[in-house]
Amino acid sequence: MVAAASPVEREVWRLLTEVPDPEIPILNVIELGVVRYVRDEQERGIAVGVSPTYTGCPATEVIQASIKEHLQRAGFAAVRVDTVLAPPWTSDWLTESAREKLREYGIAPPAESVESPRRLWSEPTVQCPRCSSKQSERVSEFASTPCKALYRCTACLEPFEYFKCI
Amino acid sequence: MSASPVESSAASSDVLRRYALTVGDTSLILAQRLGEWIGHAPALEEDLALANIALDLLGQARYLLSHAAELQGGERTEDDVAFLRDPQDFLNLSLVEQPNGDFGQTIVRQFLVDAWQLELFERLQQSSEPRLADLAAKAIKETRYHFRFSSGWVVRLGDGTEESHRRVQTALDALWRFTHEMFVASPAEQEAAALGIAPDPASLAAGWSSRVDEVLKEATLKRPADVAYSWHGKRGQHSEHLSRLLAEMQSMQRTYPGAQW
Repeated sequence: MVAAASPVEREVWRLLTEVPDPEIPILNVIELGVVRYVRDEQERGIAVGVSPTYTGCPATEVIQASIKEHLQRAGFAAVRVDTVLAPPWTSDWLTESAREKLREYGIAPPAESVESPRRLWSEPTVQCPRCSSKQSERVSEFASTPCKALYRCTACLEPFEYFKCI
Repeated sequence: MSASPVESSAASSDVLRRYALTVGDTSLILAQRLGEWIGHAPALEEDLALANIALDLLGQARYLLSHAAELQGGERTEDDVAFLRDPQDFLNLSLVEQPNGDFGQTIVRQFLVDAWQLELFERLQQSSEPRLADLAAKAIKETRYHFRFSSGWVVRLGDGTEESHRRVQTALDALWRFTHEMFVASPAEQEAAALGIAPDPASLAAGWSSRVDEVLKEATLKRPADVAYSWHGKRGQHSEHLSRLLAEMQSMQRTYPGAQW
């Protein structure tokens, strides 16, 4: 990811694994895949590029503030957080550990890769995070946060949230 | 026509500012309308859906209005642009300021706008203006979900009961006259197209039409006849509905200037 990172940049990357996502706090911002770059700009300080998951997601601002605060507490006086829109964030950037953690937390991770927009027109098979049954149905396209949909397991009958592919 | 480079760059930044407002205001006003449903939708799931769609639209609007504020210069921010402009300075489509009506009417309005945004963002990704292209690439992914939601409901209501069919057909008939405006270029859109930063709105019509027709057919709804174009929201000429919407949206900032949460 950052082959040419300096020791300072590597330290910042490590520190960022301690910054949680405010809405799904079991994930940190690295696992969420929103951190695009870390640059040591010497006397100008540290620059961190962050992508919003959804354009209007209120968590974006909280994430940016938390990153700044955490790095400052770790001794980096000057920290700048840039919003990076392109290329747009995709659920494919959730790390493998993030998917596992989501499942344990009771949220079904994205069922497939975002390869083609056609994916939207067919229903993915979403596995129940509780009983692992593949018999589930969508209750609602949207849920408690923009990134999730509501599902129901037709085997164990539990409702659950599904992290959408986008 | 020998404008100096400085003048021509000032002119193109003004075009970009007005174009960003045309697209951004449409998202902002629709977001505000959808927000009126919070706590009132027919079911919790629909309440969440409308609020989530509003949030995406608000995100688009914030990005575009911030850009417009920067282009205007000075100390202006997205908040000044959203809260301190008068109705005639808003450049949104007339369709989005129309009242919510019943759930069916809100869905039909959403469906017509979603189909238009899909066409627009598809093309806007090729804009020579990176800020617009980046936003379009981001927004289109969300818009696909919006369209799936709204078109799903159009089918469900249109091909539902006699009552639901009657209601969405009535909404479609009432709102159809606002759709023509989508494809007739305003001065800002015309200038933006000439500069290569935006598609010619007329070029979006065919794609929009076939997308809409496909869903209407499945919904057993009748496409209304096109009527003479007489709506000019994109030129700042609005129905009285926008003034009322803005009165509510802007009252806090106008009463307590600079107030923050």
